Amino acid sequence: MNVKEIKNERTQLLNYLWEFQNAKGYISTADIRTLSRELEVSWIEIEGVISFYHFFKRKPTGKYSIYINSSIISKIKGGDKVKEAFEKELGVKLGETDPSGTFSFFETACIGLSEHEPAALINFMPFINLTPKKVANIIKHLKKGGKLEDIADKIEDYIRYKNDKGEAILFREYKEGEAIMNLIKKRPEEVIAEMKQSGLSGRGGAFFPTGMKWEFAKQSPSKQKYVICNADEGEPGTFKDRVLINQIPGLLIEGMITGGYAIGASKGIIYLRAEYRYLRKKLEDTIQHFYNIGLLGENILGKNFDFDLTIMQGAGAYVCGEETALIESLEGNRGGPRTKVYFPVEKGYLQKPTIVNNVETFCSAARIMELGSEFYSSKGTEKTKGTKLLSISGDCKKEGIYEIEWGITIQEMLDLCGAADINYIQFSGPSGNVLSKKDFNRKISGEDLVCGGSVMLFNNSRDVFDILTNLSNFFINESCGLCTPCRAGNYLIGKRLEKIRNNGATMEEIQEIKSWGQVLKDSSRCGLGKTSTNFITDAINKFPELFKKKALKNKEFDLSSALNDYYDYVKQN
Amino acid sequence: MEERIVNIKIDGKSFQAIEGQSLIEAAKNNGFYIPTLCHFKEIYPPLGTCRVCTVNINGKPDTACTRKVFDGMNVEVNTPDILDNRKAIVEMLFAEGNHYCPACAKSGDCELQLKGYEMGISATRFPHLFEERPRDFKSERIFMEHNRCIQCMRCVHEVKTNDGDRVFYFQNRGHNMLVGIDYEKEKKLTDQQVLDAANLCPVGCIIAKGKTIAKPMGTRRFDTNKNIKWIEGTDLDIEIPKDGKKKIVATTSLAGCFGCHMSLLDIDLGILDVLELVEFNKSPLTDIKKFTKQCDIGIIEGGVANSENFEVLREFRKKCDIIVAIGECSIWGGMPAMRNTIPLKDCLEEAYLNSISSENGEDIIPYHEDIPKLLDKVYSIQDIIKVDYYIPGCAPNADHIWQMIKNILFGTKQKVEYADFKYD
Ligand SMILES: Cc1cc2nc3c(=O)[nH]c(=O)nc-3n(C[C@H](O)[C@H](O)[C@H](O)COP(=O)(O)O)c2cc1C
Ligand code: SF4
Ligand code: SF4
Ligand code: SF4
Ligand code: SF4
Repeated sequence: MNVKEIKNERTQLLNYLWEFQNAKGYISTADIRTLSRELEVSWIEIEGVISFYHFFKRKPTGKYSIYINSSIISKIKGGDKVKEAFEKELGVKLGETDPSGTFSFFETACIGLSEHEPAALINFMPFINLTPKKVANIIKHLKKGGKLEDIADKIEDYIRYKNDKGEAILFREYKEGEAIMNLIKKRPEEVIAEMKQSGLSGRGGAFFPTGMKWEFAKQSPSKQKYVICNADEGEPGTFKDRVLINQIPGLLIEGMITGGYAIGASKGIIYLRAEYRYLRKKLEDTIQHFYNIGLLGENILGKNFDFDLTIMQGAGAYVCGEETALIESLEGNRGGPRTKVYFPVEKGYLQKPTIVNNVETFCSAARIMELGSEFYSSKGTEKTKGTKLLSISGDCKKEGIYEIEWGITIQEMLDLCGAADINYIQFSGPSGNVLSKKDFNRKISGEDLVCGGSVMLFNNSRDVFDILTNLSNFFINESCGLCTPCRAGNYLIGKRLEKIRNNGATMEEIQEIKSWGQVLKDSSRCGLGKTSTNFITDAINKFPELFKKKALKNKEFDLSSALNDYYDYVKQN
Repeated sequence: MEERIVNIKIDGKSFQAIEGQSLIEAAKNNGFYIPTLCHFKEIYPPLGTCRVCTVNINGKPDTACTRKVFDGMNVEVNTPDILDNRKAIVEMLFAEGNHYCPACAKSGDCELQLKGYEMGISATRFPHLFEERPRDFKSERIFMEHNRCIQCMRCVHEVKTNDGDRVFYFQNRGHNMLVGIDYEKEKKLTDQQVLDAANLCPVGCIIAKGKTIAKPMGTRRFDTNKNIKWIEGTDLDIEIPKDGKKKIVATTSLAGCFGCHMSLLDIDLGILDVLELVEFNKSPLTDIKKFTKQCDIGIIEGGVANSENFEVLREFRKKCDIIVAIGECSIWGGMPAMRNTIPLKDCLEEAYLNSISSENGEDIIPYHEDIPKLLDKVYSIQDIIKVDYYIPGCAPNADHIWQMIKNILFGTKQKVEYADFKYD
């Protein structure tokens, strides 16, 4: 990129890095020098930001960068065969670039296409339902000089279930501007009161009452406030936000305008994960359209209310979905979560009051404006009102999106999606809970089992240890490293899990993991560490037989394998 | 703004404190000590990275450094769960890095080591990882020993040139995170700023090159400074058992330096009293090579580096009712475990072929079936057998050892004083 275009604005750093990355496939030392000079920050600081994000590279990559999904859903759908096919066709291993500099091949955490696995991104365009044969065709096409756009897949969104009496909330007909028309009839206080009455709580997984969050932000006297949409959707197995953005981007924008109007903010930012870059154009066009019809920009509908909306793109880090890490990332920093000395509603983006909400939360807020809080709160249960989108993937007939009313049972959910023979459910993502058959009568609700959206189903044929190892690796790779329990703890637990898997641990050593997990839960700095050991603790509790089979009766030391290195060496000499 | 005085409770006692004050400070003012590592009083907002200061606040765990005092705050600092939680975090840091205190310039003045003493850590519950991390000598005045970094963030946050540019910054993430140093900006620091950075680092990761330590850090038993009062070594005031039966003790040195055995002898004439109470069986102290009977206690120095160590250790477990690990080597590998991050092949070649003392053209690595076979790394004895007690230190002090042995053998309950526990 042209040096003249670089402004001394730290918040633009990620954008600049993307420009360099996109232009050459990597960020060179010269680029870093340029940025360091123009932004007046140490070279080591720029290096530190680059090395935090998965998609920024310091070494040249090929014309095409292929990222295959490493999630457990990809694996059970044959992801390993697809990976091998890529390696064979390209002649490279994971992490390498072919000698001609055409292809680089990488693995990455869940890319949000779980209902179409195995899937991969090539230069951030989606390729789904991959098979070795399809891989061969793709590579053949590209080697011949064919265009990537010509063969990238169009993604079909499967909305499998919504209220059949026309009482769905999110997936009903979208009438552009309806929410805003109702919004501007109300004063900001009234909007917040409406949110509170609706009972809407955060759909990103933490379920914090949205009305209350907005009220805190509104109460601040600060002139400058921000509305941020969390479209980082990084929890493996979730894809509901992708579908919302693709299906009803206008509803999201109206939800954000609602938030801005309520708290008195004039700026909004959508933090879109890099994996969803292919949705960016649609989102940008919709934003432009809203400007054109006067629903964004200055003096919206003559109401003396200004609201601008921009998009910022992430660069590959699950932890950036954590709201304070997201804010750090937006400010051009490493995406490390902040301490909770201040909440974003007090000091958020650029130290100004900020609301961060999930895509589904904003969409629901817009619907509440349109349909009224009474209608909204008539759905659901006492503690959790309205509807919830589930992204269901894995072993069932109908993977896809389900707009359920809170309160249905797990069994009802399984029946809806045509799942049989289910042994293990990873409920609410890797950070959520493990469910076994004993849990099938439990209710999906605030009273019993909440769900952020991800539901991954595994039948009896799946090796539970494959699942556990995959989830453990996910947390090890995605821990930001800032705090001891999560950084060191997850790694240590990973080692212990490996030992268990290799039949090398006693029952005592297996049970010990639970107390280690408690340390992470109690002491980690952010939700990632706090929830990262739920799955392993749950699994040990819910599948005792499995662990019993693996456990050693007595401590045994494998002397012969400890001597292998020695004998190998002396034999050679 | 006017200061508001509010009521808080710590471990059941009621106090008054200033609203909004840091909980660490408020606790300290009221005589409650909450351990910290990353915390540095001048840094605000607090770094909150190490998580050692975890306490319960109105029933929920949180870090004391990041919390401000509010009316009705009810804090639990010293419940068994919380104490164990904190200890676990410090143990994680020891297991994660590579800490060979006897070879570290910061020993005696190290905040991590101090937490180890304070919390009475004898053996970490986590197996040590032994993963090699870089040592970076490239900048002119600073040596970065990443094996000791605890990622506390102090340097990242605080160390800046006079132009306000950062010198240190985190690189990579998660388990691979380390602190990068900007060589160019480092040149812009004054000599004093370099020293300040080294002092700011709670551990021995940032080392100011060429600054030898003029005087020993901390205090020790043999210091001539009369102002320090040490608790005198206690006499072995145990009644000789009526039946005249002495307890039988065996000792061995596996992969250790014999330092722990030397320390055993450090009770000087006290050894005569000991001999009234115990009888030594297999031990280098008696030069008895083979067990002649079942022993009450086996004291193990050193880790397990080869096949012979392994056999000896297993025999000890069989022949001794109680096994005590003494010294860091037996507890987790200790100094000999420095080789654990290096492939065995490289170790052998360095020792026999490429070392300064090996002759030109040397090409023999000794091998004979009678020579003990080297294991791929040095193991702690708890990797191999069940261990009943641990006596930490390198070497543990003589009084510490005997106090413990006495407690174990005769059921006495004498406290090991801090001065005896501290070995640096
Ligand atoms: C590690 C981690 C990852 C998260 N990822 C997301 C995410 O991808 N999308 C999201 O909306 N919220 C995510 N959250 C929750 C956010 O921190 C925050 O609670 C949410 O964006 C608030 O919006 P809501 O109240 O509308 O749910 C994540 C939290 C953690 C701890
Ligand atoms: S819990 Fe994990 S992700 Fe969160 S701050 Fe700590 S290291 Fe980073
Ligand atoms: S940094 Fe501290 S704990 Fe680590 S080796 Fe040095 S003295 Fe020991
Ligand atoms: S180098 Fe020292 S000060 Fe810096 S993060 Fe590591 S331990 Fe902390
Ligand atoms: S612990 Fe220290 S003194 Fe004891 S054997 Fe090991 S190196 Fe020697």
